[in-house]
Amino acid sequence: MFRLIKDTLLSQAVTLWGVFRKLFVKADTVQYPDEQPYMFPRWRGRIILSRDPDGEERCVACNLCAVACPVDCIALQKAETEDGRWYPEFFRINFSRCIMCGFCEEACPTNAIQLTPDFEMAEYVRQDMVWEKEDLLIDGVGKYHDYNFYRVAGKQVAGKDKGEALNEAEPVDVRSLLP
Amino acid sequence: MFTFAVGSALSIASILLAVIVLAALLIWVERRMLSFWQERLGPNRVGWFGIMQVVADMIKIFTKEDWVPPFADRLTFVLAPAIIMIVVLMSFAVIPFTPEVGVIDSNVGVLFVLAMASLGAYSVMLGGLSSNNKYALLGSLRAAAQMVSYEVFMGISLLGVVVLAGSFNLREIVETQADGWYIVPQFIGFLIFLIAGVAESHRLPFDIPEAEQEICAGYHTEYSGMKFGMFFVGEYLGLVLISSLITVLFFGGWLGPAFLPPIVWFSLKAGFFIMFFILMRAALPRPRYDQLMSYGWLFLLPLSLLNLLVTGAVVLVSTTATM
Amino acid sequence: MTEKAKVEITIDGVTYEVNAGSNLLQECLTLGMDLPYFCWHPCMGSVGACRQCAVKQYRDAEDSAGLMTMACMTPVQPGARISIEDAEAKAFRAGVIESLMISHPHDCPVCEEGGECHLQDMTLMSGHNYRRYDKKKVTHRNQYLGPFINHEMNRCITCYRCVRFYNEYAGGEDLSAQASHHFTYFGRHRDGTLESEFSGNLVEVCPTGVFTDKVFSENYTRKWDLQTAPSICTGCGVGCNITPGERYGELRRVVNRYHSELNGYFICDRGRFGTGYVNDAARLATPLDGAGNELDAEAAGRQLREIAGNAIGIGSPRAGNEANFALRKLVGEENFHAGYSDAEHACMQLAAELAGDPRFYNPSIREIEQADAVLVLGEDVTNTAPRIALALRQSVHNKALELADGANIPRWQDAAVRELAQQERSPLCIFACGATRLDDVASDRVIDTPSGLVRNAIELAGRLDASAPRTAKSHEALERVAGQLLAARRPLIVAGTSSGNIDLIKAAANIAGALQKRRAVHENHGGTAAPVDLCLLTAEVNSMGLHLHLMTRQENSLGEALRKLSSGETANVIVLENDLYRRAPHAQVDAALDAARKTAVLDLLPNRTTAKADLVLPVTAFSEQQTSYVNYEGRAQLAYQVHRNHGAACPAWQWTGDFEHFRQALLDCAGSVAAFAKLGEVLPDTSNLPSGIKVPRQSERYSGRTAMKANLNVHEPKQAQDPESALAFSMEGIPPRRDATILASSWAPQWNSNQSISKFQDEINGPLRQGHGGTLLLEKKSEGGEFKPVPANGDGGGLELLPAFQIFGSEELSSRSEAIRARMTDAYLAVSPADAERHGLQQGRGVRLSGGGIEAIALTCIRTQMSPGAAALHVGDAEIDYHGLGSQVELAPADAPEGRGLGELIVSDLVRMREER
Repeated sequence: MFRLIKDTLLSQAVTLWGVFRKLFVKADTVQYPDEQPYMFPRWRGRIILSRDPDGEERCVACNLCAVACPVDCIALQKAETEDGRWYPEFFRINFSRCIMCGFCEEACPTNAIQLTPDFEMAEYVRQDMVWEKEDLLIDGVGKYHDYNFYRVAGKQVAGKDKGEALNEAEPVDVRSLLP
Repeated sequence: MFTFAVGSALSIASILLAVIVLAALLIWVERRMLSFWQERLGPNRVGWFGIMQVVADMIKIFTKEDWVPPFADRLTFVLAPAIIMIVVLMSFAVIPFTPEVGVIDSNVGVLFVLAMASLGAYSVMLGGLSSNNKYALLGSLRAAAQMVSYEVFMGISLLGVVVLAGSFNLREIVETQADGWYIVPQFIGFLIFLIAGVAESHRLPFDIPEAEQEICAGYHTEYSGMKFGMFFVGEYLGLVLISSLITVLFFGGWLGPAFLPPIVWFSLKAGFFIMFFILMRAALPRPRYDQLMSYGWLFLLPLSLLNLLVTGAVVLVSTTATM
Repeated sequence: MTEKAKVEITIDGVTYEVNAGSNLLQECLTLGMDLPYFCWHPCMGSVGACRQCAVKQYRDAEDSAGLMTMACMTPVQPGARISIEDAEAKAFRAGVIESLMISHPHDCPVCEEGGECHLQDMTLMSGHNYRRYDKKKVTHRNQYLGPFINHEMNRCITCYRCVRFYNEYAGGEDLSAQASHHFTYFGRHRDGTLESEFSGNLVEVCPTGVFTDKVFSENYTRKWDLQTAPSICTGCGVGCNITPGERYGELRRVVNRYHSELNGYFICDRGRFGTGYVNDAARLATPLDGAGNELDAEAAGRQLREIAGNAIGIGSPRAGNEANFALRKLVGEENFHAGYSDAEHACMQLAAELAGDPRFYNPSIREIEQADAVLVLGEDVTNTAPRIALALRQSVHNKALELADGANIPRWQDAAVRELAQQERSPLCIFACGATRLDDVASDRVIDTPSGLVRNAIELAGRLDASAPRTAKSHEALERVAGQLLAARRPLIVAGTSSGNIDLIKAAANIAGALQKRRAVHENHGGTAAPVDLCLLTAEVNSMGLHLHLMTRQENSLGEALRKLSSGETANVIVLENDLYRRAPHAQVDAALDAARKTAVLDLLPNRTTAKADLVLPVTAFSEQQTSYVNYEGRAQLAYQVHRNHGAACPAWQWTGDFEHFRQALLDCAGSVAAFAKLGEVLPDTSNLPSGIKVPRQSERYSGRTAMKANLNVHEPKQAQDPESALAFSMEGIPPRRDATILASSWAPQWNSNQSISKFQDEINGPLRQGHGGTLLLEKKSEGGEFKPVPANGDGGGLELLPAFQIFGSEELSSRSEAIRARMTDAYLAVSPADAERHGLQQGRGVRLSGGGIEAIALTCIRTQMSPGAAALHVGDAEIDYHGLGSQVELAPADAPEGRGLGELIVSDLVRMREER
């Protein structure tokens, strides 16, 4: 009986009191357009494509962001330069579908796709919310300053021969039987 | 047998207007209070502290498309929201706001209120049924079960007061409280009435018939425009009604020290409970449907019967002792 | 098939019944367990190189310590107790994968294998995720391996699957393991095109991304983003099962689809790389009138039906049964004519007659692989039915298997079996006019002119059975071959219709017939013995299907159709998916088309015939339509639509307007053409699909649905509907799991690579669960036929002309694909050095052919092993009037035509030009 009263009345009363006290607490929200809120650097807002420290496109068109996307709003097509570097021929995000979940950023193996603290993306025409690579690509490294995928991975590209990636030995001479 | 003393046309009109304006204003009050309790700011752009938000909302709701789904049963669909408005407004007729202000002075006021509350169940039931939508149907099923169940305890919980006052006349009930409010002898009755009142007006935390997370918007899923507005305002009217009834039945109605006029005392008491209901909305989670039903039938019903029994016994003993 | 012996073994405390004589890995996979492996391949057996499939084996119930063994190398013993889940075994496997990954370049994002990589799957399955080794990674230089295959050697984990497939299974000679220890390198001796016709399979055999599909990479899409459906390869008459994949409206790639009786795990490079024509910008997209004006579909259909009023219909061996049937129905049975050359028409009639002869059995590829003595008669199998050539290569391995059985070595012990057999092979005798790509495994070769081959073949039949006709022709090998065929447990005779040489088919039938007669006597079955395998190859994907439509009207040849048109007997003509100039002498075709009042052509690419048409209707390519094809065995198989139609293209059965749905067309065909009575069986059993629920063509991970077309319009179009099949153009529905009724794509949890196919097999290398392997349409007659009289023509003195086939270039549609064109040669004439000298021809220069009143110019190709007196003409995509030249030609030197030259010709006996050396 006591337990029933405790559960049904007492605990409710405690909750009511707890919420009532909030009447005297300063509001967390601000008067938005007059007053800009502080945006944390890891806020998940508008998506950008970044460049590596050498100024090359970071995106290698691996498609992992597209497959991670729960609303399937990313579409891209792989293309390859003469020297073997992969890049997206087109990279399209339909922001009218995007839910800013950040899974694409989590999935990106090259730190190319990043979410920024910008959330002011409303448009009058829905078609204007479809962004292509030209709209997404920025000229900087974004949140990650030093990473360059091709310096780590073993694929040969212009300016990085076989054996020059992180932790790689000189290419093997297959005609030698020396140990 | 029944006596109905009807007030003047002016008083009827002013009460009607005041009650409806108050209900509309409550929309703003509730939003504002909820936001304070949730550490937000709430509507504060339209007019002074956002009070004109009510007007903006009304303009919006009046100018919305008056849509009746093609699959709905048209007549019932239109009728349902009107019922709730009518029955709740009718209930206000017997509320004695002050010794002077009131529409009807009836010797069966309590019964009238209960009768009107029973009719209110038809509104949500028919609204959901006529929508011809599975969520609406589920909502109306829930509403019907919930309202029919809680009506029982609501009625029984009042009887303690009626026994003490010896009258069904709300005015007389207030007047008998001059010596002491019934909240003291009828504390358990008050609690049950409070809970049943919330359930009857299906306000949070007992908004199970319209639980958004489960069944869309329940019985009013298909409603829009002013038809939805009538359900909406009906709900606030119900809120005011229950608060007023609590004031009348347990807190001595307009009675209070003379430095304030009776209407102010009444308003203060009723306002306190309105605020309390809003706080409940801000604070308490919604129980499951089965919890609501078993809580009612297995706990509240025995408790209210016990309360009535004890009250009756005490009254019987005390009256025989004095005789 | 006899019931396999079963034994009981215990795996992790649970007792299972498994096949005796197998190995533990194979049986664990059959049981559906997830045991990682690399070097083992279901089709190539075990070598125990990678150590990844380690399990614990226990002596008995009391033994708790156990012994680590490699599952792939451990035979199944009755009562064996093993554990996959044992902690030590798991740690061992994690250690193995960790060391295999030491030098892996971690470049999955830029690897074409990513997402369908066996190495990724196994790494995850074995629990390795972080490289602890802090020393440097071994790196390798890549090689240029030709237009089909990309090389990225850094990714290699040295499982040796590539060389085991390429060298031992497919007989390639230019890929090898080089260097030593942890420097091991898999590549060619130097940069250059991989020569094998099966090099594309390296993409699927390699467990990681060392060998990737270069053609696919140019238009790359991850596996999960491809829209796929079960389909049939249209490259030749074998009917290999394939899975084409589409994205953004383009056919992106083709991979093998397992079929236990046909292609198994491998397809040839023509099938894999030869579908680029589907995306050709020149594809016909709208109906056109004679002046090239676009018509709307309704008007075009009306015009077609008007033309059909008094028209001849010419069918097509590259169109499906329903398309041919629709045309046959439109013009009437009596007006429906063959769409292949008259010579081939005669050959097809004979082939079908022999297929109905109870003395012979038409073997599937799986059965061809079981032959222990093979005779190939005049058919250049590698170039006309490449997958059969790969099967023939496996048949010579039967000797090794036989030796292994004798030495008590399990057949799956691949390295041991090969070591034991050394160069011992089952006999394979090739009758050809020159060197073939199977010569390296041939025990005997008879090289002669076409008529000489016929005479040799007749003689061989005569030596097998005295009652068969004989000729005086004699070759020293004949006696030996006769002995081998007689001694064989399961001999096989292979011939084909491609060369249009009906006498060779007759001779093949006589040899097989004689063999069957002798075996009947030997086996003493009261005169009746098991039928002898006689494999008659058909030229195109639906040659046999077209023939079945003509069964009742054998006189309706193409020549007859052209005659009726030229003489004005019939006014109009409707040509179905056919370039008539490839089928008959150009003069005849010109005369017929000029005389025809109206010519309607249904085709997918413009060609010489569509150029002459008054009405051109675009039809769908193989991947855009649902249709059934009949392969060389008479096996009808259903190919599903993979992606949406190109422009206004429709299947032919829709153009004729007689059918609303594919199902009607197919069932009407089954109901009204006797030979197709059983065609209805190819329709899938969809009873296990709740009504309205479909099989998705797109994977559960299909990406970009709300962005793919957002550049055109942000409001997404409604998902395309498919009223014609049980498949849907979407992700919604019930994808195949263990049930392979409609295997749109093979995928299983934890198995993203093609190795997931084991989850759909009854047992490893067994049939797919509930899969439909096709329906054999040809009925056997009760009475066997007699020996065929064969006219033994003598040498005419002049040069005998025969067609030369190239895997890349001989098939009409694939030769219009960019990837195949990179490997094609110009039209060439192969002659012997003696003939070349006689006519003053020089290697790589031009040669003028004249015969039948016309002339043509081709490249000279001097081959040391070409039979003197024979000249093999490869036409390719050149506009040479092969049928007009006649069988005897005169040669004269000429200037070399500008073009591709002979650089891509892969033959063993080419006389090398000086600059090429």
